[in-house]
Amino acid sequence: MTDKDKTTKEMKWDISGIKNWGPHDHELGSLIPEAGNARYYHTGGWRTEFPIRDEETCTQCLFCYFFCPDSSVLAENQKVTDFDYDHCKGCGICAKECPADAISMHPESEFAERVKK
Amino acid sequence: MATQEIKKQSPKVYIDRPDHLSGGHRLCAGCGAPVILRQVLMGAGDSPVVVSNATGCMEVSTTIYPYTAWKDSYIHSAFENAAATISGVEAALISLKKQGKVTEDFKLLSVAGDGGSYDIGLQAISGALERYHDIVILCYDNGAYMNTGFQRSAATPKGAWTTTSPVGKVRPGKNQQRKNLTDIAIAHNIPYVAQASPHNFRDLIYKAEKAFAVEGPAFLNVLSPCPRGWRSKESDSIQLAEAMVKSNYWPLFEVENGVYKINYDPKKRKGAVADWMKQQGRFRHLFTPENEWIVEETQEMTDYQWERLKAMEEATARFGPQEAAEAQEPAE
Amino acid sequence: MAQTEAKTLAITGNGAVSLAMKQVDPDVVAAYPITPQTDVVQNFSQYVANGDVKAEFVTAESEHSAMSACIGSAAAGARTMTATSSAGYALMVEVCFVAASMRLPIIMTTVNRALSGPINIHCDHSDSMLGRDSGWLQIYNEDAQEAYDATVMSFPIAEHKDVRLPLMNMYDGFIISGAIGPLKPLSAEQVQEFIGQAPDYPRLLDAKNPVTMGPFDGLHGWYFEQKIAQNIAMDNALDVIQDTYDRFYELTGRRYEHLMKYRMDDAEIAVVVANSAAGNARGIVDKLRSEGIKAGLIKLRTFRPFPVKQYAEALADVKVVGVMDRADSFGAPGGPLYMEVLTSLYQEGQRAKAVNFIYGLGGRDVFPQNIEDVYRRLDAIAKGEQDAPRERIYVNAKGM
Repeated sequence: MTDKDKTTKEMKWDISGIKNWGPHDHELGSLIPEAGNARYYHTGGWRTEFPIRDEETCTQCLFCYFFCPDSSVLAENQKVTDFDYDHCKGCGICAKECPADAISMHPESEFAERVKK
Repeated sequence: MATQEIKKQSPKVYIDRPDHLSGGHRLCAGCGAPVILRQVLMGAGDSPVVVSNATGCMEVSTTIYPYTAWKDSYIHSAFENAAATISGVEAALISLKKQGKVTEDFKLLSVAGDGGSYDIGLQAISGALERYHDIVILCYDNGAYMNTGFQRSAATPKGAWTTTSPVGKVRPGKNQQRKNLTDIAIAHNIPYVAQASPHNFRDLIYKAEKAFAVEGPAFLNVLSPCPRGWRSKESDSIQLAEAMVKSNYWPLFEVENGVYKINYDPKKRKGAVADWMKQQGRFRHLFTPENEWIVEETQEMTDYQWERLKAMEEATARFGPQEAAEAQEPAE
Repeated sequence: MAQTEAKTLAITGNGAVSLAMKQVDPDVVAAYPITPQTDVVQNFSQYVANGDVKAEFVTAESEHSAMSACIGSAAAGARTMTATSSAGYALMVEVCFVAASMRLPIIMTTVNRALSGPINIHCDHSDSMLGRDSGWLQIYNEDAQEAYDATVMSFPIAEHKDVRLPLMNMYDGFIISGAIGPLKPLSAEQVQEFIGQAPDYPRLLDAKNPVTMGPFDGLHGWYFEQKIAQNIAMDNALDVIQDTYDRFYELTGRRYEHLMKYRMDDAEIAVVVANSAAGNARGIVDKLRSEGIKAGLIKLRTFRPFPVKQYAEALADVKVVGVMDRADSFGAPGGPLYMEVLTSLYQEGQRAKAVNFIYGLGGRDVFPQNIEDVYRRLDAIAKGEQDAPRERIYVNAKGM
């Protein structure tokens, strides 16, 4: 579970203390009142390699966006922009399917020094 | 919107559709199911959706309390009853709309894996289709009860290794050919039934859009690659789906008001079932002299089903609207 | 038009309940037929066909799907009702637990019929007793009037903010469900005023605030805490039920309590029984009283939550109580009512001896003579002529 301060402030339903919640603290029936709050749970730590997209080779076919299982290909104005590395699990589908070979997978050990284009 | 007005759009149009699923779910890397759900929900456009989901990979991994990856309203109650649950939501929607207590135009989607559709969920699906609720029923077919450790289902291909049809000294995997759930859905005489695959997202999103648009029930059966249960590479999932479609094992077709239409005919690019079986560890044992008859039998079944499908398309054409033949989509 | 004087109808138990359902006018009914519930739903279907009710009616393809549809409907924010019996109830029990855990105020009529096997369509309480652990409120009703009244009172109890649990109303199959008895109904307006508007709880059909219901709590979850919350709601329900009964008394002059006492003030021997057998028992009490025997009767209404203190209080000065069970738990120390009454006495430090009588399984008739035999046995024990047996005593069983 994430414990980033910034994330806690974003949460509409503050679950930062949930480890100690008693019967009166939960919503009735285990209801989750904040839709899509899984985004506060970072699965990026799962991966052993991460993708990099070469802006010049990319033809903006948008395939990677539609094939990503983790909603981790970010897009704006009908163009792919970046990867959501908080959630990317490094499955490599984007790299495999890219018709222009614009995406390459790199070992996670290199993640800290990655060059962002 | 009448379904004739719905056309396949370019990716640039679909990318503007909201993404109804967030990251942070715990499905395996390379899983086909969330790819399918993202694409199907893009077919709902801007409409609010209520999703009813059977117990299974999708449900368990996207709603680990207190987190949910669903941006729409969502309900899970049990394994065999996703379609029955959504039937109740639909009745409530009609009733509350009549009373003016609900004004939005909700789309209703029931989601289950092949376990919750072909087997334990079959009754609920049949009942919901027969009662003609205005819902979309989606099956993501990965060919086994993957969530509980890859046990066989009626959707498992013949000869596949699963944990309840394992390969041993006297048995080479699953004993029976697959059941055809899409045919069962067609037999309910509902407005729209389609088979799709996540590798052809334009086809899948367009089918989802049609499914949401028809008045009455729609059924979508979508092939869902599973790297864990298929013993395949995570990065291969989309490519495997394409190979299975290209071999005519999983044809892309629609049945709209009883009229069959094949959406993709590989023609000269047609592959063999062995092509994709070789890439999946669950079929590895079939490539021996004693077991290759199973691959041959599956190839025969596939060829038969394909010819039968083409015959159905021909036989029902005269009941459909006249349309100019569309150019075949090149393989993507 | 409000009635100032209720006229009396001659109507079956099922007819009374379907009339109540019509007047409650829920948003959705999802049901599947089974003897002897059948005409509850058939009558309601006719109301739907005539446009007399606003409900959307889902003709589910099984009881499991009927309850699943009820879950979907209630979760979506609709007032939802259904009805079943026996094997149909058993089939839906999986999702009944789910409905209670999701805190959905679904109202279900369960017309008591024996569980199979062998298959038997007649009355006993084994079906509803199967679900006593499910988290549903459970209320037993002696006759058509009680069943009607209970149906009218159901939503205010189940929907109350301190409760929010599903509720089952029971009455005897064939004996009450199919037999004609008197009913003083309310008017539709009176019913609507009594039940009020449905409260605004989080629901699926809220586009501005989408919610997830029924998440996976598996890995290291809070299942335990949610179950405790269900027990807290059950505790709250004791007061909420009685408050609703009190409000109903103001409207109708009919008084209801968790347990209905008959000539218990100075009773030395008493019988605890649920549903229709209580009718004959009252006659036997009068007969014994005329002989100078201080007999009394407790008719059980509320089973879940079980009103422990009320039983202990009512039996405080009783020497011997006979608990008559129309269901059994094979291999248990006794039938379900017996075990709960016995536990209540023990918890509150009461000294009454309790004897378990199993009667009426599979619809076996229980005649006034049988009930009189029960009381005479209790009387003999009270006088010290016999010991109180620990074992069950079977009433009107053959070859015993």
